[in-house]
Amino acid sequence: MQMNPQQSDGKTETRFTDGAADAMVPHMKILVIEDDLEAAAYMTKAFREAGIVVDHASDGESGLFMGSENAYDVMVVDRMLPRRDGISVISELRKRGVNTPVLILSALGQVDDRVTGLRAGGDDYLPKPYAFSELLARVEVLGRRKGAPEQEMVYRVGDLELDRLSHEVRRGGKEILLQPREFRLLEYLMKNAGQVVTRTMLLENVWDYHFDPQTNVIDVHVSRLRSKIEKDFDKPLLKTIRGAGYMIKDEA
Amino acid sequence: MKPSMSRLRLVMRSTTVRLSALYIMLFALCAAFLVVYVTAMSERLLAQQVREALLQETSEVRGSYDRGGVNLLLRTMERRARQPGANLYVIASPTGEMLAGNVASVEPGVLDREGWTRMPFRYEPFTETGPPRPHVATANVFFLDNGLRVMIGRDLGEPGRFRGIVRRALMVALAIMGLGALIIWFGIGRNALRRIDRMSAASTKIIAGDLSQRLPVGVSGDEFDRLSESLNSMLERIEKLNEGLRQVSDNIAHDLKTPLTRLRNKAADALAEDRGEVRRAALEGIIAESDQLIRTFNALLMISRVEAGSIAAEMTSVDLSAISADSAELYEPVAEEAGLSLTTEIEPGLAVHGNRELIGQAIFNLLDNAIKYAAGSDGAAPIRVILSKQADGLHLSVADSGPGIPADKRKEVTKRFVRLDESRSKPGTGLGLSLVEAVMELHGGRLELSATHGEDAPQPGLTITMVFPFQTL
Repeated sequence: MQMNPQQSDGKTETRFTDGAADAMVPHMKILVIEDDLEAAAYMTKAFREAGIVVDHASDGESGLFMGSENAYDVMVVDRMLPRRDGISVISELRKRGVNTPVLILSALGQVDDRVTGLRAGGDDYLPKPYAFSELLARVEVLGRRKGAPEQEMVYRVGDLELDRLSHEVRRGGKEILLQPREFRLLEYLMKNAGQVVTRTMLLENVWDYHFDPQTNVIDVHVSRLRSKIEKDFDKPLLKTIRGAGYMIKDEA
Repeated sequence: MKPSMSRLRLVMRSTTVRLSALYIMLFALCAAFLVVYVTAMSERLLAQQVREALLQETSEVRGSYDRGGVNLLLRTMERRARQPGANLYVIASPTGEMLAGNVASVEPGVLDREGWTRMPFRYEPFTETGPPRPHVATANVFFLDNGLRVMIGRDLGEPGRFRGIVRRALMVALAIMGLGALIIWFGIGRNALRRIDRMSAASTKIIAGDLSQRLPVGVSGDEFDRLSESLNSMLERIEKLNEGLRQVSDNIAHDLKTPLTRLRNKAADALAEDRGEVRRAALEGIIAESDQLIRTFNALLMISRVEAGSIAAEMTSVDLSAISADSAELYEPVAEEAGLSLTTEIEPGLAVHGNRELIGQAIFNLLDNAIKYAAGSDGAAPIRVILSKQADGLHLSVADSGPGIPADKRKEVTKRFVRLDESRSKPGTGLGLSLVEAVMELHGGRLELSATHGEDAPQPGLTITMVFPFQTL
């Protein structure tokens, strides 16, 4: 069971308009290394509203120090930092054996810059300007990674089962036929069950394109998938989180 | 004094003056050479003529001596000496004393040797008034069998006279050339300077902001005119670019102002709203608007990055067939939802050297557009994704059967923020095709727009083709 047992609030649709989201990610602790104090203050506040404990470092050296001394679940690192470049902070952390997942924030653009960041040891990459919902979703997914059911062969959400080996999907014992892409979509959603995944994350992980889908492409695929897994069942599993993305979750 | 000095310096700095000075110097050298050469040549010719004449006379004089002895010789010589413009005649004793002749004296030694005098020698002619002035002459000397010496020569005038003539000729030539140079400078140089001044004046106005100004072009079609013409076409291009930039700024202002205004209004609504549900809806609307703004900025940034070419480092071999199929698969449900079908005609195994992300995004943009504009059109002919190998490269086309774009507007649509739909009722940033074009430029390819069903069809449709040229790799 990958579901977080503490998730009790079923009505939550948007993450930051009410404090109910707090309960969803208990005790996650992250480090934000960002020199833009205004952006950092906004981020800190927004993360705290989402129930995440935030430490903040405003330059590369202190970020490196805090990152090596304390145990964090996730680090959010801006690329351009005073005293030590973000990329260098990450590679130094990795050299010191710190394997905390790192999300790189960058104003430098997309595509090419992403590769540099990931090569240095970053785990995810988000270009500025970004929507906070996107950042939050990615941080949550990264923070859960340690316990991610990477080795599990069968993902379960409620009565929905996905067998990663035989590529079979069943709900309530009834087999559901999915296209290969739909299978991967569902697989990614179930791997991150109980967490918001954004459209961009889906495009990245299911289609392997790393940019912002401009229109409703992803929505159409998700709603097709939804109709397949929910058509003959009463209980909805796949929810649309407005302003953010999607989440698969058992409401029980 | 000072202004005239600076004016002189200014004049000296002008190309015309420097060129004129150089020309004058070259001309003077040529003239000097010419004068010296011509003089030498004419002197030689003259000397030869003199020799021939003197030889002729010598033989005549010898003849008279042979026929009538010394008496006839003397008479002949006397007669000849009295003729106007006569030559020089001297009879001297075997010791060299002058016995008779029409000169007062000759340079010593001249009469001591038979034959031609080597160099012109000095002598003094008889004069009626004043002291005798030395002249130079050339002469033939011969000895008679009785020991008398006879000299027949020709006056070459006063020494230095010839050189004086040459010098004067040279001076006159130089003066004429100097005058000519001045005239040339006044005529051409000042004219050129004035034209350059006019060009500078026009440039100053242009710099001041009046881009509609043009440099004056004359009728002669010379270098200045050609320069003015190319500068003018440059200005035209700049003006056009500037116009485009202004258009883009206007469009940016419109495209960013409208959502910002909506954003503000929604925020104000949310603030005034007490009912939780309505307030939430307003706030969600605000987030949606913000996301759209972020998208626009991201797209703008992306285009600049691609145009700057800084992504070139991430080029690999890209399976175009796979990307095309993937994109079609991704968009197929979207098309279906819009009441359209999507078919593919993809030649397998075609690859290019490029950036997968960018090519992918370009195809997405084309599919996005095709679905957006063909939706709701009659007949619902399918949107086709076609990839094929042609003579000039790989052609990847997205063809729709929508309203299409009139041929004269096709150039417009790749510009940033240009949307033919004036009301901007369809969603979009107006940046999609700009990015596609930038991506094609990065890959050394081009974008072709045409009508799917012929220009005159009632529903011509639009086919956008990305042409990837074969790479020399």
